[in-house]
Amino acid sequence: MTSENTPAGGRTPRPSRSWRPRVPTLPEDPPPGPFRPEFWRSPIRGPWLTSVLGLILLAGVPIVAITGLLSYAAYNPWLPLNDLTPGKGLLGFYLFDWPTSPPWLYRLTQGTHVILGLTLLPVLLAKLWSVIPKLFAWPPVRSAAQALERASLLLLVGGAVFEFVTGILNIQLFYVFPFSFYPAHLYGAWIFLGALAVHVALKMPRVVSTLRTRGLRDLRTDLADTRPEPPDTSGLVSPDPAPPTISRRGLLAFAGGGALAIFALSVGQSIDGWLRRTALLAPHGRAYGTGPNDFQINKTAASVGVVAAQTGAAWRLEVMGPRPVRLSRADLLAMPLYTYALPIACVEGWSTQRDWTGVRLADLARLAGAAPGHTQVVVRSLQRGGVFSRVTLSATQVADPRSLLALRVGGADLSLDHGYPARIIVPNAPGVHNTKWVRMLEFSPETA
Amino acid sequence: MWHYLHRRVAAHYGADPLHLLALIACFALAGYAASRVVVAGVWVGFLIWFVGAAIFHDLVLLPLYAVADVATRSVGRRRPAGGAGRPPWINHVRVPMGLSGLLLLVWFPLILRGSQHEYRKAVGLDTSPYLGHWLLVTGVLFAGSALAYAVRVRRTSRRARRRADLTNQRTRR
Repeated sequence: MTSENTPAGGRTPRPSRSWRPRVPTLPEDPPPGPFRPEFWRSPIRGPWLTSVLGLILLAGVPIVAITGLLSYAAYNPWLPLNDLTPGKGLLGFYLFDWPTSPPWLYRLTQGTHVILGLTLLPVLLAKLWSVIPKLFAWPPVRSAAQALERASLLLLVGGAVFEFVTGILNIQLFYVFPFSFYPAHLYGAWIFLGALAVHVALKMPRVVSTLRTRGLRDLRTDLADTRPEPPDTSGLVSPDPAPPTISRRGLLAFAGGGALAIFALSVGQSIDGWLRRTALLAPHGRAYGTGPNDFQINKTAASVGVVAAQTGAAWRLEVMGPRPVRLSRADLLAMPLYTYALPIACVEGWSTQRDWTGVRLADLARLAGAAPGHTQVVVRSLQRGGVFSRVTLSATQVADPRSLLALRVGGADLSLDHGYPARIIVPNAPGVHNTKWVRMLEFSPETA
Repeated sequence: MWHYLHRRVAAHYGADPLHLLALIACFALAGYAASRVVVAGVWVGFLIWFVGAAIFHDLVLLPLYAVADVATRSVGRRRPAGGAGRPPWINHVRVPMGLSGLLLLVWFPLILRGSQHEYRKAVGLDTSPYLGHWLLVTGVLFAGSALAYAVRVRRTSRRARRRADLTNQRTRR
């Protein structure tokens, strides 16, 4: 882009009729390379392909966005200690108290958020490939309108890639980004969604007219009959197309095959039974063994400084409320015990259903002199540090008869890595709210 | 009056005034979200990763796979279909290579063991099986593609033979 490349005619300043943001030294003719339209030779690029890929993303991205925002609500961030994005202002809103029924709802929504997000990645890559010539459009800026729109595309592309990258790295516990995941992924999502909404509004007329004139016949056109789209003003159709090596439907099948491969190799981590073994490329599809405690662990005891000495015979549960009590594990086992099959579903997308046995949180609230229904509880763990060493459960969650302080899983005592001596299990709560190694329950009147 | 104003804005701005309004709304939301990022105290890292994401995709990842594709195709030109009438093989290399590369792009922290330390702490297991899983899937993809190509070659040659027989019959008649 140096001025050496300036052709003779480019230097003459042209009289400006209206506002011209063009940098005066930029030549009229594009420099060699990607700035020249004939550099881009794919015969299948064009408004039809871009429109179809865009529509597929338009069907999927809103589902990923809504399930993501639901996950935000699932943390009940209006309760003290729960909000991981305290500076959110207007961007974190919640219209409802997160329910405890159906118990599989968070399993479904968060599994969808993660797996569908992963599945859409090849479609996003194909979509970005289909429009890459536009990045090098020459001259870079033609009008104020175009300059603003290009700036919004930085928000769109940067936002999309940022959201996919942070999500994909986070589920693999690859914490290389220099920020906390929660605020970055939430605020990045708003920037992306705002730019996406405007992009859809501006481009939809072109999508509609393209599909109306060209229809879907390219879905039946094989390689031998693949022709470039007619030249137009979109800047996508190559002026010097190479002979095709793949048809448009071939490219769509390629992207779809990528989506299918990612989906098939990861969805097993959200399913129980033998299908879990199919998750060959997913962080939580691993087999631990065949015992009742052999299922996914998300924080080992060792990693959060919980040692066997703290959880032995000397362990006591402090139950705070109008009538505080201290209970040993034997005291808890002597109380009425209930067993429920409930899923544990992680924000990272994996989930598994187990049979949990324990004491109802509502019974513990009554024992401490609090009235379930109007009582929330702050749960504190033995674990050292970490944002989830304490959490607040809502009155709805405390009152649900299936909300347990679990002592056993699958008929066996909890293992240390699964929260021995006692852990929380609440229907439909995000996994990180099912606190392990509980040392204290503080019942208090609901704040909200 | 309104009509006149509309035309003036459109002429100077280069598009319908609604276009301007939509983009102002977009930047207002982005600006507000950015202010929240500042409040969270992470704006430097956020900005680098946000802009870096676009640059990484457009100027690193896409050129890399485009060059890899061009290289594969140039091999294809030097070694065109093995015999007369052989179907083109390029997509039988492109597709398994693309899918395998895609899986590596998504799961490289597990496959190349970048997240081993945190993974071990959290999950209690080792990331070592993932490289084997990825190689297995890659092998299956290439094998499946080769099989599909073999089927195509047989079908094409059978069709060619049938056509030849048909011509022979005609000439005999």
